[in-house]
Amino acid sequence: MSIPDELRYTAEHEWIAINGTVASVGITDYAQQALGDVVYVSVPAPGTRVTAGEPCGEVESTKSVSDIYSPVDGEVSEVNADLEDDPALINSDPYGAGWLMRIQLDDPGEEAGLLTADEYADLTKEAG
Amino acid sequence: MSSSDPAAPRATPLRAVHEGLGATMTEFAGWLMPLRYAGEISEHQAVRNAAGLFDLSHMGEIAVTGPGAAAALDYALVGRLSAVAPGRARYTMICAPDGGILDDLIVYRLADAEYLVVANAANTATVYAALRDRAAGHDAEVRDQTTDYALIAIQGPRAARILAPLADIGLDGVKYYAGDRCTVAGQPVLLARTGYTGEDGFELFTAADGAGALWAALARAGAGDGLVPAGLAARDTLRLEAGMPLYGNELSAQLTPFDAGLGRVVVFDKPGDFVGRAALAERAQAPPRQVLAGLIAQSRRVPRHGYPVTWDGVSCGAVTSGAPSPTLGVPIAMAYLDPEAAGRARDDTEGRLAVDVRGKPEPARVTDLPFYRRPR
Repeated sequence: MSIPDELRYTAEHEWIAINGTVASVGITDYAQQALGDVVYVSVPAPGTRVTAGEPCGEVESTKSVSDIYSPVDGEVSEVNADLEDDPALINSDPYGAGWLMRIQLDDPGEEAGLLTADEYADLTKEAG
Repeated sequence: MSSSDPAAPRATPLRAVHEGLGATMTEFAGWLMPLRYAGEISEHQAVRNAAGLFDLSHMGEIAVTGPGAAAALDYALVGRLSAVAPGRARYTMICAPDGGILDDLIVYRLADAEYLVVANAANTATVYAALRDRAAGHDAEVRDQTTDYALIAIQGPRAARILAPLADIGLDGVKYYAGDRCTVAGQPVLLARTGYTGEDGFELFTAADGAGALWAALARAGAGDGLVPAGLAARDTLRLEAGMPLYGNELSAQLTPFDAGLGRVVVFDKPGDFVGRAALAERAQAPPRQVLAGLIAQSRRVPRHGYPVTWDGVSCGAVTSGAPSPTLGVPIAMAYLDPEAAGRARDDTEGRLAVDVRGKPEPARVTDLPFYRRPR
C-alpha cells in the first residue's frame, strides 16, 4: 500500500497536496482498496463553498458508499471531469489521475489537523 | 492471533492459496474468505463471459443418513425430499413452527438412505440443531461435516469445457440440479451442476485435504480459457443480477416462503406432518403482504440494503439488496414493496417510485426478475 511522503492526509483516508493557494484532494490507496471497484463519484461543483470536516460528496463502489469530507476550508475551483466516464481511475491511480477536486484555500497557510505520511501510516496500521 | 482465540474467524483449507493470489480477505459469517482478487467487476465479467473459480468452503454440509433419512427430511423441511431421485438435488427451505424461514438449502440425495444438506454459513449451527431435533423420532443420523468438506465452484459459460477433461464421467450426463460422485483431477468429489451466479456451472465437494490440489488443477486447466479466481463480492453481484435471494437480505425468520415469493418450495402434498405446516397453510391462503420486486435505478446512486422505497414520498417498502450491475451498467436492487404500490409502479412513467438514498429520493423503475438471464 502506497503512502507518498510529500502528501498530507486525513483520518477519513483522503490525501491533500497543497500548491500555493490551491489544495488538490483525493482518496488514499488504502481507501480505494477498502472500497473495491469505484463505480460513481459525486463531488461539489466548482464555486461551491466547503468546510473542513464536513461531507461534500460521495464515492460509490460495488460493495459500499463513503462520504467525501472536505479536508480544508475554501471554495472548489476544479473537479476531475475524467471520473465521470472512468471512476475506476480512483482504483488504478488514486494519487494521480484519480484525483477528486481542487480547492482554493481560505487560509493558504492552513495545515492544522492534517496528518503527515508517517502519522497516516500509523493510523492505517491501527485500523488493521 | 492464535487459532484458539474464540473470536478468530475460521479459515478454509484454501486460505493460503487466496493469500498467495493477493486476495483481499474479509470476515464473513465467522469465516475468513476472499472478498476479491483482481477486482470484483472484472471477476463478475469473467464469470459472465468465460468462467470463475470460487472457494465456498464456508458453506455448511450436514449429512442425513439412515433408513429413516427421507422421512426425517420430509418432516424437517418444507419440500418433499423423499420424492427426489438419488443423484438429484432440490432447492428447499427449513422453517420454524410459525413458518418463518430458518435457512434456504440445497439438498442432494446421494443414495436412497443418504442426503447431504447444504446450508448457509451463518445458519449452519441453527440448521444442524434443528435437523438433529427434528430427526429424533426417525431412524436417521445427522452429522455436521462442514469441516470435512471443501467446496469449490466453477461457474460460467466455459465451466463445462474446462472441467470436462479433468472428470472421469461425462458432464452431459450431469443435468442441472444433479450431483454424482466421481473423480476430478484424481480427487474424489461430489460433482453437482448447481450454482449461485445465473450461469452454467458446477460445485465440487471434496475432502478438505485435497482442496489445494483440486483448486490448482482447475486453475491450470482454465488458464487458457479466461478462468479467474472470483471472490464473495463478485458472487453477490452475480446472484443479484440472477434474481437469487440471499438469506439475511431477501430471506429471514420474520418471513415465510410465501412472503418471499417462493411459496412453490412448500409442498403440502406429502405424507405426514412437517414443521411449519399449519402456519404455512394459512399463509398460502392469505393475500400477499408484500411483493419482491426488481428495481432499476434511474440515477447512478446505488440503492442498498435497508433503504426505504417511496411512492410520492410515502414509504411503500424497503430495499433488500442493491448494487451497481456490471452487466447492465446501472444500479439494480431487489426490494419488498406493498402489493398495491408494486402494481402501480409497473405503469409509473413519472418517477413517482423512488428509493430514499441517504435522504434524497432517486427515481427507480420496477422490472421483472431476474435482471439477467443467460443466453442458451
